Amino acid sequence: MKYRFMILRRLTQLGLLGLYIGANLFGWKILQGNLSSSLLFESIPLADPYAIMQMTLAGAVLGFDVLLGALIIALFYMIIGGRAFCAWVCPVNLITDAANKLRRSLGISQVQKRVYMSRSIRYWVMGLGLLLSFAMGVAAFEMISPISIVHRGAVFGMGLGVGAIVVIFLFDLFVHENGWCGHLCPLGAFYSLAGRFSLIRVYHDAEACTACMKCKEVCPEKEVLHMVAKSSESVVMGECINCGRCVEVCDDDALHFSLRKFAMQAKEKSL
Amino acid sequence: MNERRKFILSMARGIGLAAMGALAWSAYVGEVRSAPLILRPPGALPESDFLRTCIKCGLCVLACPYDTLRLAAPGDSNPIGTPYFVPRDIPCYMCEDIPCVPVCPTGALNEASLKDETGAWEIKKIDIGVAVVDVEACVAFWGIQCDACYRACPLMDEAIYLKYEKNERTGKHAFLKPVVNTNVCTGCGLCERACITEKPAIFVLPNAIALGKVGDHYIKGWDSGDEARVAGAKAETTQTKINQQSALDALNADEGF
Repeated sequence: MKYRFMILRRLTQLGLLGLYIGANLFGWKILQGNLSSSLLFESIPLADPYAIMQMTLAGAVLGFDVLLGALIIALFYMIIGGRAFCAWVCPVNLITDAANKLRRSLGISQVQKRVYMSRSIRYWVMGLGLLLSFAMGVAAFEMISPISIVHRGAVFGMGLGVGAIVVIFLFDLFVHENGWCGHLCPLGAFYSLAGRFSLIRVYHDAEACTACMKCKEVCPEKEVLHMVAKSSESVVMGECINCGRCVEVCDDDALHFSLRKFAMQAKEKSL
Repeated sequence: MNERRKFILSMARGIGLAAMGALAWSAYVGEVRSAPLILRPPGALPESDFLRTCIKCGLCVLACPYDTLRLAAPGDSNPIGTPYFVPRDIPCYMCEDIPCVPVCPTGALNEASLKDETGAWEIKKIDIGVAVVDVEACVAFWGIQCDACYRACPLMDEAIYLKYEKNERTGKHAFLKPVVNTNVCTGCGLCERACITEKPAIFVLPNAIALGKVGDHYIKGWDSGDEARVAGAKAETTQTKINQQSALDALNADEGF
């Protein structure tokens, strides 16, 4: 069962994409629109809260539906999912995971001199996106977002959007490990912040850990696993995308999904 | 000291990088959002408001029963992800219930602008653009009978009417020239689609491009409605003070030289 979450994630990612595509091709009424804004079962609106923030700053007066949709999505990830959007929904994850897989099997990270890129660049990009939206009167990141280009392209027609896929793949493969999702993407930054206090968390049991470090090898956000082999606690950093790769590769049952352990964490801190 | 220097340097580097990123980013965004010739779905807000309000979800595209609307893909040279249509390919068929508009979640397609006082749809309020005729390329202006655009128009005799004129060249035939009433034309593009010439001689342009504006200071005196605009106007009478001195005295006074 080394791939149980991986398989579930791929099913979720492709399943959601399939529902959107089916809405355009066959008129399915389950999930219509795209990741910017959708309609679930022809009644429940869903919307991208970061896009709504940009549009509001750009001076748009928005309809009630889309505001409600953004609230639903924001609350879901804030309370339950954390940054799960990145691992379970976003189509770019398929591209960057593929690049990463190839990068690992080619051993590029071992050969290549580490290019220094701070993981906090994404927060600057996110802020810049909001600032430029305000200054230019149009949602700035939505004009260039490769996430939207890929997803919208898959549903409504790709055009030259294939270029975005190739660029991100090559960037993550040859330029920087986890370059896009782990360092640059402002939407990931947004969900890192929004999902900071969510309930679903990976829990690490240091008693069971044999310090093999397989989890750190596969983790796309290695810094969140700082406690591995050191202390038993929940992975609470917002950057964790809840992909579950660490859980499934662990041979010692030292990692599992659980609800955020508030009490236990507090107790351990006091010890 | 060294630590402080490092910190300041790294801050400066961050700011430099951010400024450079912002420059490239804003230059690109400024460039791609200008597409003055694009034709939007019915009820679209004015272009600059539309661009900031449209979330690019494509629900209008899904709602369109004729596959008229499409979302701009990279390479289409239109603001990316926003809905538009090309009348020569597929025009707007002016559905009576305008299904593309109520599905808009943000209000970028404004329902209220297409309804009358009773809250019923009024498709004549659709104002995508106006049809423009190239009179040199239109065969009706050559004297050949063609009323394809006139008959295709969903507001026949209102938005496009035929103007009859004598053909002096033959002396015995008539011109049937299509003329667009830009106040009525919705910009649906059925005429552009129907036009028989290789490249259409009648085509839809956005209002901002195709329409002139007279200015408030011209009044149609023969139109009682328009004349009413000046009904309450008050004329302001001014009087210039006339110098009482004789011209000779004024010239002899050294003042002013």
